[in-house]
Amino acid sequence: MSAPRTSDCVPAFHEPLIFEEGGAGRRGYSLPALDVEKVDLKKVWPAKLIRKGLDGFPEMSEVEIIRHFTRLSQWNYGVDAGFYPLGSCTMKYNPKVNEDVARLPGFASAHPYLPEELSQGALQMMFELERYLAEVSGMDRVTLQPAAGAQGELTGMLMIRAYLAGQGNPRQKVLVPDTAHGTNPASSSLCGYQVVQVKSNEHGILFPENIAEKMDGDVAAIMITNPNTLGLFEENICEIVDIVHRHGGQVYGDGANLNALMGLTRIGEMGVDVLHFNLHKTFATPHGGGGPGAGPVGVKAHLADYLPNPVVVKEGENYRFHYERPKSIGKVRSFYGNFAILLRAYAYILSMGAEGLKRASLVALLNANYIRARLKEFYHLPYDFPCMHECVFSDRWQNKFGITALDIAKRLMDYGFHPPTIYFPLVVHGALMIEPTESESKETLDQFIDVMIQIAKEAESNPAVIREAPHQTKVSRLDEVLANRKPKLRWKP
Amino acid sequence: MNIPKELKYTKDHEWTKLEGQTAVIGITDFAQEKLGSIVFVELPPVGKNFQQGQTAVTVDSVKAVAEVYAPLTGEVAEVNEALRDTPELINRDPYGEGWMFKLKVTGSAETGPLLTAKAYEAFIAEEEAKG
Amino acid sequence: MRYIPNAERDWESMLSVIGHKRLEDLAAVLPEGLRLQRPLNLPSPLAEMELVESLRRLSEKGTEGKKWISFLGAGAYNHFIPAVVDHILRRSEFYTAYTPYQPEISQGTLQAIFEFQTLICQLTGMDVANASVYDGASAVAEAVLMAQRIKGRNRILISRMVHPESQTVTQTYTHPLSLPLEPIPYSADGTTDLKALAKAMSGEVSAVVLQQPNFFGCLEDVEKAAEIAHAHGALLVVAIQEPLSLALIHPPGQLGADIAVGEGQSFGNSLNFGGPYVGFFAAKEAYLRAMPGRLVGETLDKDGRRGFVLAVATREQHIRREKATSNICTNQALCALAALVYMATFGKQGLRELAETNLSKTEYAKKKLGSVGSLRFSAPTFNEFVLTLPVDPVPVLAGLRAEGIIGGLALKRFFPEMAGEILVCVTERNSQNDVDRFGDALGRRRKK
Repeated sequence: MSAPRTSDCVPAFHEPLIFEEGGAGRRGYSLPALDVEKVDLKKVWPAKLIRKGLDGFPEMSEVEIIRHFTRLSQWNYGVDAGFYPLGSCTMKYNPKVNEDVARLPGFASAHPYLPEELSQGALQMMFELERYLAEVSGMDRVTLQPAAGAQGELTGMLMIRAYLAGQGNPRQKVLVPDTAHGTNPASSSLCGYQVVQVKSNEHGILFPENIAEKMDGDVAAIMITNPNTLGLFEENICEIVDIVHRHGGQVYGDGANLNALMGLTRIGEMGVDVLHFNLHKTFATPHGGGGPGAGPVGVKAHLADYLPNPVVVKEGENYRFHYERPKSIGKVRSFYGNFAILLRAYAYILSMGAEGLKRASLVALLNANYIRARLKEFYHLPYDFPCMHECVFSDRWQNKFGITALDIAKRLMDYGFHPPTIYFPLVVHGALMIEPTESESKETLDQFIDVMIQIAKEAESNPAVIREAPHQTKVSRLDEVLANRKPKLRWKP
Repeated sequence: MNIPKELKYTKDHEWTKLEGQTAVIGITDFAQEKLGSIVFVELPPVGKNFQQGQTAVTVDSVKAVAEVYAPLTGEVAEVNEALRDTPELINRDPYGEGWMFKLKVTGSAETGPLLTAKAYEAFIAEEEAKG
Repeated sequence: MRYIPNAERDWESMLSVIGHKRLEDLAAVLPEGLRLQRPLNLPSPLAEMELVESLRRLSEKGTEGKKWISFLGAGAYNHFIPAVVDHILRRSEFYTAYTPYQPEISQGTLQAIFEFQTLICQLTGMDVANASVYDGASAVAEAVLMAQRIKGRNRILISRMVHPESQTVTQTYTHPLSLPLEPIPYSADGTTDLKALAKAMSGEVSAVVLQQPNFFGCLEDVEKAAEIAHAHGALLVVAIQEPLSLALIHPPGQLGADIAVGEGQSFGNSLNFGGPYVGFFAAKEAYLRAMPGRLVGETLDKDGRRGFVLAVATREQHIRREKATSNICTNQALCALAALVYMATFGKQGLRELAETNLSKTEYAKKKLGSVGSLRFSAPTFNEFVLTLPVDPVPVLAGLRAEGIIGGLALKRFFPEMAGEILVCVTERNSQNDVDRFGDALGRRRKK
């Protein structure tokens, strides 16, 4: 093992893979003595089904396991460590009490097939959360089943398809803006739809004439994110919704940017027919390093029959699951959804209340606009308009010195910040998409702004230090070409 | 920017060399530079038929995928197997060892949309100016 | 408002930089007609103490904190989770981190996923595994779609004993793509009727799907099924809902399976009333490019140090968009981490010992309960089996609950022809005493 090297955060041990650690005979587990007769496998199973042993599995003591994973964790940067201005991700603070209540044994040990009289608490939570989400968004009914935003999109598009099929023709095409998140066209494809791209105008938003041109009786729906991925409010939305509806189409709302709107406006009132929520964005459930999230979907009443099975109903004081719904699209997730994530969102809403959620959105707007106003002198702002919860700069001015968005992102790490989203949305070349969220103090924002200004200066005076960044991390500029040419996706014994 | 004079080009940055009824096809130096390091190439099966303009090959760099269209109508006669293990040949030698596939051109060669080296050079200059 | 640092004093100076007077002015970008004119109708906010009390009461509603003996399995398994798992999950570097798109500051997540991928390959006998999908059910759906992409044929044969929830989810996913799922029935012994499978096979089939052990708890003949599938050039997909079984069962990848998927909940993830769970997804090397989901690969950095990055991302939605292999964006990283820590903790010997414990207790239960009811199927089982009762199970189960026993799942909700059957699961959490109590209580009720 090489000597520890200090960095700005922690000693950086070189930690091998679990397969390179441990040793024969080491144990990290304990099991009670067997209280029944031990079965001789050969007597109960056919020989050809019996496995010889678990090759390639480690044998480690508890100490080694804890050391291994503790060290791994120290190479990660989480929201609890610092600022995480990833545009489109809403990396807001994850409340600690939510982690505790999600682990309450009555919930954690509840089997999904428990008889309903023993799961009344869980059912009540789901019923109430549905109503809270409906209230925040202005939709009529909500399903909590989809496991993530992308799965929510699929669910919403499947419902639209079923609804239109019920009217006689599911149609063939879906309109997707050029600013859309990649999951939008991917989800449409999964439903068998052909994706037609619609362009935004020079103000960065959709304009009705363009929609009117592309809208016809063969278009099932338009998918709109509002505010869009440039952080701009789609101010023509009502007119666009009208055009689509007049041709019998449906409007899908991507609710990823809901953090800009809570208590200020309701997407449902803009005429949207289906909307998905990202609980791991707007409602403060943790990102987990890439999941689990949750993507509930809200619908207007005319689509309620198509919601996935089961729905939660309240009869008197009792709650139950209701399955006998012939028009339902079916199920997208086993059981009922990511329950323990739903629980965290529920706790968040109960902690914030109406005023808290509204303040969260307003301060999110404040923080984003503050960054926009202070950085526009130093970085090119392709759409110079007031933004909502996120702002998008480009690397155009830094390109002059051979510096790209990627380089800027890597250099930010040396200063202790997680970079913003880069190269998205695609309509901006060399995009730097910054979403601070309401969880950041003015001091943090000022520090970030100062560092970004510093980097802009370095681009002119010392571009090499940026191009070779990061300098302080455990590894730097990993060879992605190598990783992709000869993919090595597992350790081999 | 390397643009061999004896080849024909398309506006989608494919080059083609006609050898009798067989067309050898690849992507241009301009295209490989824009794509960056190529990590994977998906080649069509021998015998497959393509109309002019249909996607015949997909080329992956780390962060992008590009489609290579058949510049002429025909049947795939041969593919460059070397690209399976060494896709970077396209970056190193796009007009030589980085050739992608050969088409047996069916019907009359619809050379209309094909550009001369000079026309292609002018086309790229125009594209770059647009920025 | 403890989650929002900036308070009124901070707003003033920030607003003046932006050029606004009041916080509400920031909402001026919203058209007047769309401005909400009333506060949202939500409950008054709870202080932390109130929140904890309120949720504790909710969590005990209906059970009042009583202790229950449970024999429920059916796709979600009651295993003891060692303390190390939650301690690692609670490290905020893991749970408050984002998807590892910036590898230099996400090596923890990336290396953990690489280790998870490796263990799934070892477990299933496959060459490549992804970073996880939402659950076992969507894993089956994605496997079917993947097989269709590879083979280009439009028939799918799926055993009736693949978990009913997986079948429903797969149906939901395949319905808009006109890919009908044709069910293959079960034989008298509780396994998939391979004669019926052979009869239904043709060159138009992309995939055959089996579950191992199947929903009835019975062990399938994967090797034979693979032969039948391959004889017609179709792929064999094996779904595993109880991965602990793989500590003892010969890995499907070595018996001819082309794609192995399943539910990882058993490993380190609490029951949590159905989620979040974690689907695993593995396949043979040849099918790598058609795989959905994230993949982590090993590489070197500019100084030659080993590191890990997301790899082969050109299959995914953020690059390929409508041509992606799936629309999946998140995986279930934290749940996969739980599974990894659990698998590492038990390790080579422990998983085997744990599986033998489950098997032994289940064999004991089969003897004990088999004298009260009758064992419905003769095929070998792991930690679940189907018991036929001489009377309607529903009131019997209700009666058992009055004694603090949750006696398993009445099967008729999924199999109408099984009006008298229950599915019983026995794990290391059930003692011999528990099983005896269950047997005795059942015995008393079977005549009523």
